[in-house]
Amino acid sequence: MEHWISIADSITVQEAIDFVQSPASGGIVTFTGTVRNQTQQKSVHKLFFECYEPMAVLELEKIAKAAGEKWPVQRMALLHVKGEKLPGEVVVVIAVAAAHRAAAFEACQFAIDTLKETVPIWKKEFFDDGEVWVAAHP
Amino acid sequence: MRVMLFGIMKDIVAAGSLTVPEQLSDVGALRTWLLQEYPAMKNLRAVMIAVNKAYAADGQPLAPGDEIAIIPPLSGG
Repeated sequence: MEHWISIADSITVQEAIDFVQSPASGGIVTFTGTVRNQTQQKSVHKLFFECYEPMAVLELEKIAKAAGEKWPVQRMALLHVKGEKLPGEVVVVIAVAAAHRAAAFEACQFAIDTLKETVPIWKKEFFDDGEVWVAAHP
Repeated sequence: MRVMLFGIMKDIVAAGSLTVPEQLSDVGALRTWLLQEYPAMKNLRAVMIAVNKAYAADGQPLAPGDEIAIIPPLSGG
């Protein structure tokens, strides 16, 4: 299984699809995460993503490897941004190609769920009246 | 020993990294020391510690030259 991992200032859905697409693939599933302009009834102006990049890359590698062992997927792309992002901008893209759709759907869901649990990336939300690190408190 | 800080841990310590006593022999001892020095850490849901870019259990020994990072609750994706 081939995979591509990238942590960059800017990412696109198309570059992830371009990487995973091949004549052997019958299905490509993508997940795209974007910046939401609201959280708990407060307007969000921007987000800042901080990243422990070398470890984040290793954890993303582990996710790709685990997905490849659990499902017959052919190619995966796992892309995440770092730095400042505005509402509507793309912050994470997972693309999975497989011969059949079920494996691609399941591997894609596994990848984004696991990413949120294990990849050392932190998000700060900026509001009118301050800023907060997300998920920092109980 | 030098440890790297991220996210809200930077705010709690008011620095991007921290020097901790050399005699902290394992991850659990480091965790205990951090909680004593920075009680605000107790308000965080879960704090993990990474050694050489991998999550480490409390029993893992620390050696000079290890790359140590304090990992507050994650929020990527």
